[in-house]
Amino acid sequence: MLIEKNIQRQTLTLNLQGELDMNTSETLRQAIDTEIERRGIRTVILNLEEVSFIDSSGLGVILGRYKKLLPMGGKMIITNVPSHIYKIMELSGLPRIIEFENTPSRKMEGREK
Amino acid sequence: MKNQLELTFTSLPGNVGIARMLIASVAAQLDLALSDIEELKVVISEAVSNSIIHGYKNKEDMPITLRIEYDEKKLKILVRDQGCGIPDIEQAMQPAYSTDPERMGLGFVFMQSFMDDLQVESTVNEGTTVIMVKELENIRPSKH
Repeated sequence: MLIEKNIQRQTLTLNLQGELDMNTSETLRQAIDTEIERRGIRTVILNLEEVSFIDSSGLGVILGRYKKLLPMGGKMIITNVPSHIYKIMELSGLPRIIEFENTPSRKMEGREK
Repeated sequence: MKNQLELTFTSLPGNVGIARMLIASVAAQLDLALSDIEELKVVISEAVSNSIIHGYKNKEDMPITLRIEYDEKKLKILVRDQGCGIPDIEQAMQPAYSTDPERMGLGFVFMQSFMDDLQVESTVNEGTTVIMVKELENIRPSKH
């Protein structure tokens, strides 16, 4: 998993690349938690465009970071989710909890066969 | 065509990805659709992660056996560990049940959603075996 960090004021944008499973989710957890604690980050934007795989370990870390930000008045936005990853996220119920931007259902509209 | 593969590997987190690669290769050989391949990768990932995280409590030098059997009609996946076992299987399989607040309790939900049959056999202090079956007749492209 490759994590590219971009920080502007209190917003942390992470461009993730690779597979998000139990082997890599800890790296993501630390990457986000460190910035929340060290720089007072309150908005986390996760760009999943280059993520090729996610399972419940990955989903758990994302939900855990959301739960951490919420009581601090922070928020999380998930963007550019590939359609096969979005299907897994949908089944987990995550899109009902966390804000998604540029989701496949909107992006793919009219393009489904 | 009947095929059978068995792989025993150490309970290292990095091996979860290797298990996924194996099922993806089998699924590709069976001409399954990309969405079915993705689901099978999730299923294997959940079963193997459960063995490492729950069965072995993240101990990294324990054996996990992955067995894949298939023919034209069905694909059977078995994941076995010799870990702590599950005292209450019914409870463990409840959606959102998790022993760890950081986790979502979705492992068995995904396994149940993506497979046609799921059996869990477990003995406390001896280990757990998860056996999953996917019927292929309805999802494989018909060959004319």
